[in-house]
Amino acid sequence: MGSDRINVIAALVEHKPGVLHSVANMFRRRGFNIESISVGPVEQNGLARMTITVNGDEKTIEQVVKQLNKIIDVVKVIQLDPANIVTREMALIKINVPDTKTRSDIINCVDVFRGHVVDVSPETLMIEITGGPDKIDAFLNLMKTFGIIEVARTGITALSRGPTSIKIED
Amino acid sequence: MNRLSGAKALVEALERQNVKVIFGILGGTILPVYDALRDSKIRHILSRHEQGAAHAADGYARASGKPGICMATSGPGATNLVTGIANAYMDSSPVIAFTGQVNARASNSSYIIGKDAFQEADIIGITTPITKYNYQVREAAEIPKAVGMAFHIATTGRPGPVLIDLPKNVQTDIAEIEFSDRIEIRGYKPSSEPHLLQTKKAAELLVRAEKPMILAGGGAIISDSSQELLEVAQLLVAPVATTLMGKGAFPENHLLSLGNVGMHGNPAANQLLLEVDVLLAVGTRFSDRSTANLDSFCSDAKIIHVDIDAAEIGKNVSADVPIVGDAKKTLKTLSEMITTQLKKRDDSAWLKRVKEVKENLQNSVTNDEMTYLKPESVLKELRKMLPEDAIVTTEVGQNQMWAAQYFKALKPRTFISSGGLGTMGFGFPASLGAKVACPERLVVDIAGDGSFIMTEQELACSVIENIPVTVIVMNNSVLGMVAQWQRMFYNRRYFAVKLGQVPDFVKLAEAYGAQGFHVGSISEFSQAVKEAMKSEVTTVIDVPISPEENVLPMIPPGRGLDEMVDDC
Repeated sequence: MGSDRINVIAALVEHKPGVLHSVANMFRRRGFNIESISVGPVEQNGLARMTITVNGDEKTIEQVVKQLNKIIDVVKVIQLDPANIVTREMALIKINVPDTKTRSDIINCVDVFRGHVVDVSPETLMIEITGGPDKIDAFLNLMKTFGIIEVARTGITALSRGPTSIKIED
Repeated sequence: MNRLSGAKALVEALERQNVKVIFGILGGTILPVYDALRDSKIRHILSRHEQGAAHAADGYARASGKPGICMATSGPGATNLVTGIANAYMDSSPVIAFTGQVNARASNSSYIIGKDAFQEADIIGITTPITKYNYQVREAAEIPKAVGMAFHIATTGRPGPVLIDLPKNVQTDIAEIEFSDRIEIRGYKPSSEPHLLQTKKAAELLVRAEKPMILAGGGAIISDSSQELLEVAQLLVAPVATTLMGKGAFPENHLLSLGNVGMHGNPAANQLLLEVDVLLAVGTRFSDRSTANLDSFCSDAKIIHVDIDAAEIGKNVSADVPIVGDAKKTLKTLSEMITTQLKKRDDSAWLKRVKEVKENLQNSVTNDEMTYLKPESVLKELRKMLPEDAIVTTEVGQNQMWAAQYFKALKPRTFISSGGLGTMGFGFPASLGAKVACPERLVVDIAGDGSFIMTEQELACSVIENIPVTVIVMNNSVLGMVAQWQRMFYNRRYFAVKLGQVPDFVKLAEAYGAQGFHVGSISEFSQAVKEAMKSEVTTVIDVPISPEENVLPMIPPGRGLDEMVDDC
């Protein structure tokens, strides 16, 4: 999939049990690859928003959007224009801290990346970092030298810039 | 507002949907619904296996165009429906399945959904990829809405199966029930009106075409567009080929009919697809069995693709003019546009070519041997005997392909076959469903011995429930199609395909109280069909076919339309 690009798709779905299953199942069944998926309720009644990043060429993405639209509990689907979106991801990272020197080195890095230390124990630090996926990748790469114990990433969430939205009329 | 149990609400909701018949088998978790059903005018037909119930509902739906209803208990009852539901999904058939489920809530909380109670199966999880929609009702008061949604979704847009799962407590709970016809589903707004500009583009292409051709799929039958199809074909003088699912959409005795395309299609249809300059494809999803290898499929033609399901456009074949819309509406609009644009033009060269290819590539009639009958002569004889509106169902395999090749379908909804899933055992229960939908018409299942054995227990249903059909068993004592593939592609290394001379199908029929005939010649066959046509019980006709008999010509798997072979 070398030439494939990452595509961000936003879907408004009914906020009820089984919908994530239907969506994930469709991806599995049709052989599409989900790179990441994040879900949360939105401001409109009974709806949730899924932000899905998918690998694939144009034809594949067109099929993904059409197949998503076919799922009854999926209310609306849009493909976000990669040139006109803000994407963010959050990661929690637990890092091994053998000594105080290392601790201050890590905290310096966290400051540069505008992250936060959210938990401290005698042997570890937990860091929260938010940004585009590239920034998080870069930070994780840096932290590898210190010894990463555990990482939890949320997956990408995204909105289009300007006044356009996926919102439906009530 | 009425205070009703969920079970009574369900039955009333079904009556309000004008349901006349349910195919099903009861069991522990669906008993409350059956208790309510006892007091209803809805006819319940007791299948002998839930797969039979699902296929019968499917046959009912395909013959009538109305939704077919099946019902089963939880666990194995529900999972036995699965093949039938998958079959309906692949062929876009409006089957609605109701399943019992263990309690969602109970005083003894050990025996509720998720605790692996007796006969619990996650039928929602299991059927998610093979239903258009499924839903587990959690409150009795939701039942009318769930039923309304099920019927709306199953029958509109591109039809498909819907499953409603009913936990037992939802059936027994008493609630304030409100029946309403209003359905509002914010994620489901199927559009059937074709885009006018696109349709205009298509009309212009067709009017200018020198060698136009039409490929009609199952969508042409579902949308009831045979009349419009005929008009467009005649206006354009375009030959019409159908997919297996589209068989019957265009009368196969018409001058412009090319029969089926594809792997076992009519050679003339396959040949002309290689020559056309504009192809109008209506209500087809370009299945691999229809197109063969896509590299040589209509490579030089402009393709107009009409389908009500937007996701089918561009899925397998890229269209030059995609039109999302109902086949009937689109063909009607196209026909009006073509009429106003069409100038007197010279179609004689193309028509001459069509006739020439049809004549040159006609299948040769072979004579019957001493021991065996030829499928071709059997099926041609059957066509001669049956009225135009008789309904034929098929099983899957050689019997199905012979039926597609040699039995000419003259009207829509008279040829019912498992196209997408290729389900052996579909034809017989489907024939029962078709007969229930159209009791005044003759219904014949063209079967193979291997397929018929898979659901022959429904003979009991046909006899006890008084649903007389005719089963023609093309009996070659082998699983014929796979035997043919072993013969052609595995150097005759036959394995696991021989069925032997069992059962005796006449005795089998008689064991169920049906009647059976062995036939040894075409005249005996025609005598048996005559008996069957006037019989009040189901008739099984056992026709000896050579185990070496092939379905030919064919396109070997992976090859293209230009690579049809005539012999092994």
